[in-house]
Amino acid sequence: MKQQIIMKLLTGLAGLSIALGAATAHATPESDKQELIKYYTQKYPNVKIDDYVYGALAFDPDSKSQYDAIMEFPPFDSDIQKSRAMFETPFKNGKTYASCLPDGGKQIAGNYPLFDETKGKVVTLEDVINDCRVANGEEAYKYNDMKTMGLLTAYLRSLSDGMIMNIKVVGPKATAAYEDGKNTFFSRKGQLNFACASCHVQNAGNRLRSELISPAIGQAVHWPVFRGGDNLFDIQRRYEGCFKSVRAVSAPQGSTTLNNLEYFHSALSNGLPMKANVFRK
Amino acid sequence: MNALRRNVLKSAAGAGTVAVAVAAGLLKPTLAMAGAPRTAFEAKNVGDALKGMGATAPADSKDITIKAPDIAENGAVVPVEITSGIAGTTSIAIIAEKNATPLVADFDLTGGAQGFISTRIKMGQTSLVRAVVSAGGKTYTATKEVKVTIGGCGG
Amino acid sequence: MAEPMRIRATMAGDVADVKVLMNHAMETGLRKDSKTGQMIPAHYITEVTASVNGTDVLNAGMSGGISKNPYLGFKVKGPKAGDKVVVNWVDNKGDKNTAEAIIG
Repeated sequence: MKQQIIMKLLTGLAGLSIALGAATAHATPESDKQELIKYYTQKYPNVKIDDYVYGALAFDPDSKSQYDAIMEFPPFDSDIQKSRAMFETPFKNGKTYASCLPDGGKQIAGNYPLFDETKGKVVTLEDVINDCRVANGEEAYKYNDMKTMGLLTAYLRSLSDGMIMNIKVVGPKATAAYEDGKNTFFSRKGQLNFACASCHVQNAGNRLRSELISPAIGQAVHWPVFRGGDNLFDIQRRYEGCFKSVRAVSAPQGSTTLNNLEYFHSALSNGLPMKANVFRK
Repeated sequence: MNALRRNVLKSAAGAGTVAVAVAAGLLKPTLAMAGAPRTAFEAKNVGDALKGMGATAPADSKDITIKAPDIAENGAVVPVEITSGIAGTTSIAIIAEKNATPLVADFDLTGGAQGFISTRIKMGQTSLVRAVVSAGGKTYTATKEVKVTIGGCGG
Repeated sequence: MAEPMRIRATMAGDVADVKVLMNHAMETGLRKDSKTGQMIPAHYITEVTASVNGTDVLNAGMSGGISKNPYLGFKVKGPKAGDKVVVNWVDNKGDKNTAEAIIG
């Protein structure tokens, strides 16, 4: 029943089994991803999938050229230095974040979010940070505080720059969380009654007033972004912004809904390299 | 065009000139206290800025290349690159014509510095970005329009 | 005080390519603090100078119209790899900063 409702609401995506929900035979995260790639590349044969990591910039040379000019020597360089200091400063007990993270935190971000079987839920890199803090006698950071959690992840994620996104969805519980994220992505919400897919699938490459819309593939790899060069957004802060844009009440950063959405959304970018940190308008 | 500024800074009459400028209302007292008379930077329109720079009638030149976006991603951080192919370029100035104070920066180039400047400027609204180049005692100019929009769904 | 500026200087053919990223709020004095409703006072770099091996190459005047965390790129013919670039700035409050780099 549910899959028919989604089909009706998203006409134009007819034939995309990813929009039909979990009941489709043989649907896997990999097949979902391949189906979307086929959809986008048929619509935009001249844009290489590798360039999707640049989002809307891949569709507009004038914007991409500004990004390149600014990324040559990014203005948020000093913020990254602050972030590095945060990351390397020991806790009160003398231990550091590196002691909690595989390989000291180098080249790990592409594995997150992951499904933790013991905890029975999706775990994000930010969850790992807080678990590390609490285990070492420090207070957990608020997920939506860009001055603490956000800023800390800026340097941490820069250690994974270039790492290939590698989200694993194995087993029924993980699959259920993935499907929950997919459902959030494809469900209409808010006063404007748009789904994420309304813009980022149906209208990827089109303009919404003056804004060029990015495709869902490649979106999750490039966070955090520094908007205007100095306003830090991590991916879940951006999700909140999208919910607000369609005049919906967003689940808070760090919630199961947004974690599952990030799980699904990141899996769509499997195989593409992470980019941290980047400039956006 | 910067001879005025540097001479005022260096000469003993500097203090007197600053006092006159303050009295004439061209400088706010606080800026005068900071010690750097900057009449041209205070100018509120392009004509006064050019006058303050000593470049009232620069000649249009095709040898000046302005690399700047057609539409700025963010008006607070617009990458602008000026290349002057005019031999003997001694300075490059950047003007954003519709900014509250149009003269954004000027660069004296000496000791082998080439006619090239790359920087990032703020633009309050769509306007011409104007480069003014001094070479061989003459001044030259070129412009490029940069559109600035109020962006949308940046969350 | 002010955080250090970063300089990258490399030879590109026979020209030294110098890129500088300065750390500064570059407040124009025309912005209002949304929390207090007060105008944020003007605070921006007013002059930047650069020299290579003691020879002045750049003398710049800036206004608040230069973006926050100013970026500056310039080229100099004559220097070689191993030469030293020194950059100085001063702002409208009298704060100063200096940094140097060896051309690579």
